[in-house]
Amino acid sequence: MTLSETSVRDATRLDDAAQSPHDPSERELPTESGLLTRTDRLALLRYMVTMSQAEERGLALYRQGKITGSFYDGCGQEAISVGAAFTLAPSDRICILHRDLGAHFVRGLSVDRYLGNYMGRAGGVTGGKDGNMHFGDRSLGCVGMVSMLPAMAPVATGIALAFKMRGERRVAMTFFGEGSTANGVWHEAMNFAGVQRLPAVFLLENNGFAYSTPNELEFRVDPVERAATYGFPGLSVDGNDVEAVFTATQGAVARARSGGGPTLIECRTMRMHGHGAHDDMSYVPPEMLAEWRRRDPIDLYEARLRENFGFSGEEVDKVHREVSAEVAAAAEAALSSPMPDAVIARRGAFADRWEPLGDGDAPWSQSGADASPGGRAGR
Amino acid sequence: MTEMTYLDAISDGLREEMRRDETVFCLGQDIGAFGGAFKVTDGFAEEFGCDRVLDAPLAENAIIGAATGAAIEGMRPVCEMQFSDFIACGFDQLVNVAAKMHYRQGVAVPMVVRLPSGGGFSGGPFHSQNPEAWFMQSPGLKILAPATANDAKGLLVSAIRDPNPVCFLEHKGLYRHVRDEVPEGEHIVAIGEARVARPGEEMTVIAYGSAVHLALQAATELGEDIEVLDLRTLCPLDTEAILTSARRTGKVLVAHEATQSCGVGAEVAALIAAEAFEDLDAPVRRLTAADVPIPFSPPLEQAVLPQLDDMKEACRELLAY
Repeated sequence: MTLSETSVRDATRLDDAAQSPHDPSERELPTESGLLTRTDRLALLRYMVTMSQAEERGLALYRQGKITGSFYDGCGQEAISVGAAFTLAPSDRICILHRDLGAHFVRGLSVDRYLGNYMGRAGGVTGGKDGNMHFGDRSLGCVGMVSMLPAMAPVATGIALAFKMRGERRVAMTFFGEGSTANGVWHEAMNFAGVQRLPAVFLLENNGFAYSTPNELEFRVDPVERAATYGFPGLSVDGNDVEAVFTATQGAVARARSGGGPTLIECRTMRMHGHGAHDDMSYVPPEMLAEWRRRDPIDLYEARLRENFGFSGEEVDKVHREVSAEVAAAAEAALSSPMPDAVIARRGAFADRWEPLGDGDAPWSQSGADASPGGRAGR
Repeated sequence: MTEMTYLDAISDGLREEMRRDETVFCLGQDIGAFGGAFKVTDGFAEEFGCDRVLDAPLAENAIIGAATGAAIEGMRPVCEMQFSDFIACGFDQLVNVAAKMHYRQGVAVPMVVRLPSGGGFSGGPFHSQNPEAWFMQSPGLKILAPATANDAKGLLVSAIRDPNPVCFLEHKGLYRHVRDEVPEGEHIVAIGEARVARPGEEMTVIAYGSAVHLALQAATELGEDIEVLDLRTLCPLDTEAILTSARRTGKVLVAHEATQSCGVGAEVAALIAAEAFEDLDAPVRRLTAADVPIPFSPPLEQAVLPQLDDMKEACRELLAY
């Protein structure tokens, strides 16, 4: 038996719906599962559309010179951060990466604070201290990324360690690209999480390229298969199918919450834009992009909502209209918000006291039914 | 007060903090049942259980990173690097994640990294380093380097209670050779305060860690009126104590076991040059390790690390200036 078979078998035990994503008929999720209500499904669509439109607006602002520095987006990967973050309870914690804007919105971030961060405004999440996607709203239980990848994997592991040590039914989640899996830090985090059976959920976004480097130059064996060697399940799902991501992640979160340890979930997807806005992606074959464009996660989900779940075209269009108005207003708000006062530049390297992170929004109708409330250190 | 070794004082401070605060836990290699490479956590696993004296895999980024995450969530991790040299393997998590966390996101990271450092025992290039200057260039880290058992306990307690990442340099050469009076029970030495280890009027040796003992011995053997200022904290530096002593004696030797270029001594010398130039009677001198890796063979190691004779000679030269 190969490692691959081992991990798939584990995955099957974990969650039947998450297996065999290659075959659309097998991928079809049970509509009677009771996991997602009509409102939940509309919310999933709304978060994906919000991510897509917010990033589209951000890219335009960057090209207009209104966003300084650089610009990174998760175009084509909207289903992953949205589907994964949607499973969390308020007291869970999440370290969000640069292709995962949807997770910020699921946890409650407003679009203007995202755009404001890109513009270096006082109202951006970091108040101008850090830029682009390097942010996490501490009041929403989010911890922002750094440029070194996958540096947040050990941090999420440590958050999970705190939950385990205190006996709390809480989960730490983080994301990383397949590029990160070549780095030793990734191995250290996975191994430690496995040894300690920590309540962590790892989302591996395999979008085909680490900047310009294709999978075949990144690894010999699909990194999801390494999960078995760390002693926890590795699943592979269609990362462009928001409900497949949700279902696999929900199973992993439930497993982590009940003391079952970590899970690695590979979401197979495609980075539809360059690594950053400066990257023309000339190394990606056009036919490859065209193929993936036919599998756009938002288009796929809208078709499914109409065809399988009885949503009207008007309901879907209304989401787009409302999000469009929200993003336009957010861009105006961000553009008219002040730049930070330079006096703060030299402040804040040291903390005066420790304070707990706040809890994030948890819009899923069944979120947190079995979770611990937000922890407070015993001090 | 009880007389105890530097090593026992570190154990004592750590043990008392773990008894006082259940969020304090230890994370490192071989620290559990084995008690640590230098036995700082000897007996801890029995008292606190292996969950709070957590043996980690050989993975420094996982140790520092997991401590960072746990600290964000309200725990007070105390990491042990088996040797301070190995912080290089966890450097990314320390300087890019933990150190910058509060500045970037307003998220406090209350954690301690214990760093058994220093040479003098044929440890060679990878078990003898004094890496404090690496941290000095990374804003967001507090850096402590006690020279006495009393300060080792008191500063470790402060480090554990501090809401920031703290690098705690404990010199291996002092572990069992330095022994002094340490208060029983709660004992706190404030971070950021230097200590006059020996008052004097003719010149000042500004030192920390092992160099403090070298300076004290040199001053005694020379029989001169030399002041020894023990920095104790390297970040934030006690600039007032440095300038006060420099202004009073007018002659300063900055001494440390770490290499010279861009070291703590350079920072102290620059501070004195900028703020106390008018009060100086001599150029500020430095006594440090040479700018080479720490060699293995005893005669080579002694040629690189500052020795007692070097300290005496440097003091004599400055006194005669």
